[in-house]
Amino acid sequence: MSEPTEQAEHREGAGPDERQHVWDKPRNVKLLFNVLFALCAVVVVLDLLIHRHEVHPWERLVAFYPLFGFVGIVILVGIAKQMRRVLMRPEDYYDG
Amino acid sequence: MGSLMGLPPFLIFFVGALVVALTTGHVRRGVLLAIPVIGALNLLGLEIGDTVEFEMLGYTLVPFKVDRLAMMFGYLFHLAAFLGNLYALHLEKKDGAGVQHTSAVLYAGSAIGAVYTGDLISLFVFWELLALTSVFLIWARKTERSFRVGFRYLVIHVLSGVLLLSGALMLAHETGSIAFGPIELDGSMAGWVILLAFGIKAAFPLVHNWITDAYPEGTPTGTVFLSAFTTKVAVFALVRTFAGADVLIYVGVTMTCFPIFYAVIENDLRRVLSYSMINQIGFMVTGVGLGTALALNGAVAHAFADVIFKGLLFMTMGSVLQMTGRINGSDLGGLYKTMPITATFCVIGALAISAFPLFSAFITKSMVMTAALEEGHVWVWPFLLFASAGVLEHAGIKIPYFSFFGHDSGIRAKEPPKNMLAAMMIGAVLCVVIGVFPGLLYSLLPFAAEYHPYDLTHVLTQMQLLLFGALAVVWLMRTGIYPPEIRALNIDAEWTYRWLGPRLIRGIGGAVARVDSAVRGRVLAVVRKALRGAHRGHGPQGILARTWPTGSMILWVAILLAAFLVFYFLSQTF
Repeated sequence: MSEPTEQAEHREGAGPDERQHVWDKPRNVKLLFNVLFALCAVVVVLDLLIHRHEVHPWERLVAFYPLFGFVGIVILVGIAKQMRRVLMRPEDYYDG
Repeated sequence: MGSLMGLPPFLIFFVGALVVALTTGHVRRGVLLAIPVIGALNLLGLEIGDTVEFEMLGYTLVPFKVDRLAMMFGYLFHLAAFLGNLYALHLEKKDGAGVQHTSAVLYAGSAIGAVYTGDLISLFVFWELLALTSVFLIWARKTERSFRVGFRYLVIHVLSGVLLLSGALMLAHETGSIAFGPIELDGSMAGWVILLAFGIKAAFPLVHNWITDAYPEGTPTGTVFLSAFTTKVAVFALVRTFAGADVLIYVGVTMTCFPIFYAVIENDLRRVLSYSMINQIGFMVTGVGLGTALALNGAVAHAFADVIFKGLLFMTMGSVLQMTGRINGSDLGGLYKTMPITATFCVIGALAISAFPLFSAFITKSMVMTAALEEGHVWVWPFLLFASAGVLEHAGIKIPYFSFFGHDSGIRAKEPPKNMLAAMMIGAVLCVVIGVFPGLLYSLLPFAAEYHPYDLTHVLTQMQLLLFGALAVVWLMRTGIYPPEIRALNIDAEWTYRWLGPRLIRGIGGAVARVDSAVRGRVLAVVRKALRGAHRGHGPQGILARTWPTGSMILWVAILLAAFLVFYFLSQTF
């Protein structure tokens, strides 16, 4: 590892005198998630209202893209997590 | 030649590198920024069709040739060199500034030289220079590990160059031409050898691990250069030679899909970006394989966008590494509190690579995906769509989340130096400008194809894919299904040459030694026995060492003669 030019100050958690940052406040985190949920709802509603061009046969399915995005990520993460059982080795595996 | 200088562009970089090596301090910083600017002005003086060629040993060498494809990569590499030099401007003597700056400028010049070549031998020269000049950006880490990594990087790239040269000579034998232009794969061994040479540099599956090995080991600033040039020269070479080769569609699709699984479980965030890079090159390679004007424009446009957004992401991670000394997701988090500007740039890079509307990849990657549908590849397209969703997960969310947000690591690092911030700012602005004004980039595209990225269907479907992908990540994290960052490594194709190979050689070596010693033992025993026998016969007391009386010798001669006569008689009688 290269040496940092200025050694970063390292504290465990927020010190007593440290001000609260944006994402320290649960209210802001909640707001962010609510915005995401609302946008998800909007694009699904739009899918029902707008006629998309369809080229691929799967695209005819209502809400195809939202389903594909959600299921695709779940499958991706699920498989990747299982891959660790086979592929994971200690960090110094090649050094030994 | 045009009204401006109109020199072969690599010359400016090679001469510039010499000046960089001989100067220090502010002068050198000025030269570093001036080289790509002067180079870009020189580009304006080039005209399509400008050529330098000469005969040597019966071959027509074309070290310099200008066409629209070369010009597009020429502009891109000048831009990348400027951003890289600006980002690295603060380097000091203790960082090996002289070596890093000089090799970076030579490296950029080699990439620029490569795209303006018109024959495979000239290409080979720049191809090898790309490896030789860039390895110092890894070795400048000055660690035992970086030395070994750099050596592996060098071996693999020199191998690629040797294959390129062999392929070029085979092609000359087959066709009589070494032109750097379309090459047939049907029934041509030369074509396949050259494809493999390009494939190594383009990180085709199974030969991709040099990227994930070397890029995380480069210096914080060096990896920004590494990410810009080598693989993009390879993409350029594929466009020039193998456009429309079906095999590349399947190679490309494989490249888009397999690295994203590794990216989910990789801890080193610069290695996550390295896997992400293979995924992005996969889209380009697929475009080359599709081979239509739209697909090829998509491949080169995406290469252009990728150099900027991937460069930006590597710059933000380089800043994290430089300011905290850490780069593993398991050690980081909460850095936005003290590095809000860097965090913002990282989020912009993440939005750009994820292809959100109004960001660069939205107007480039979609060209390849549209071309796949138009060409009727109904089984290719779903994989590309899956890979697009995967980009959002590892580069769009994981990179910024685990470094700048997420669990607070307690690290309170400062923002990086101003020059690094300035380079990141330009990169971030370009990600947005390219996304908002696609016409700017489209005007540089080398092939004639009409494409309009901003139609209602495209914007809506892309937002649906990305928003629900993000929703899935939120759900997986909240339920605890999402795999945590773990201090560990994941074995990949490199396992064959980093683990299996050395053990096989050691094993075979051991077996050979055992067989060798057994055989030698036996032979020695036989020799000893023979020596003993000879000693018995010829030694001082041996039967053959005695003195014999002359009479006995006459007797033996008489017996021999008698035997001869008997045999003679018998042979005559029957």
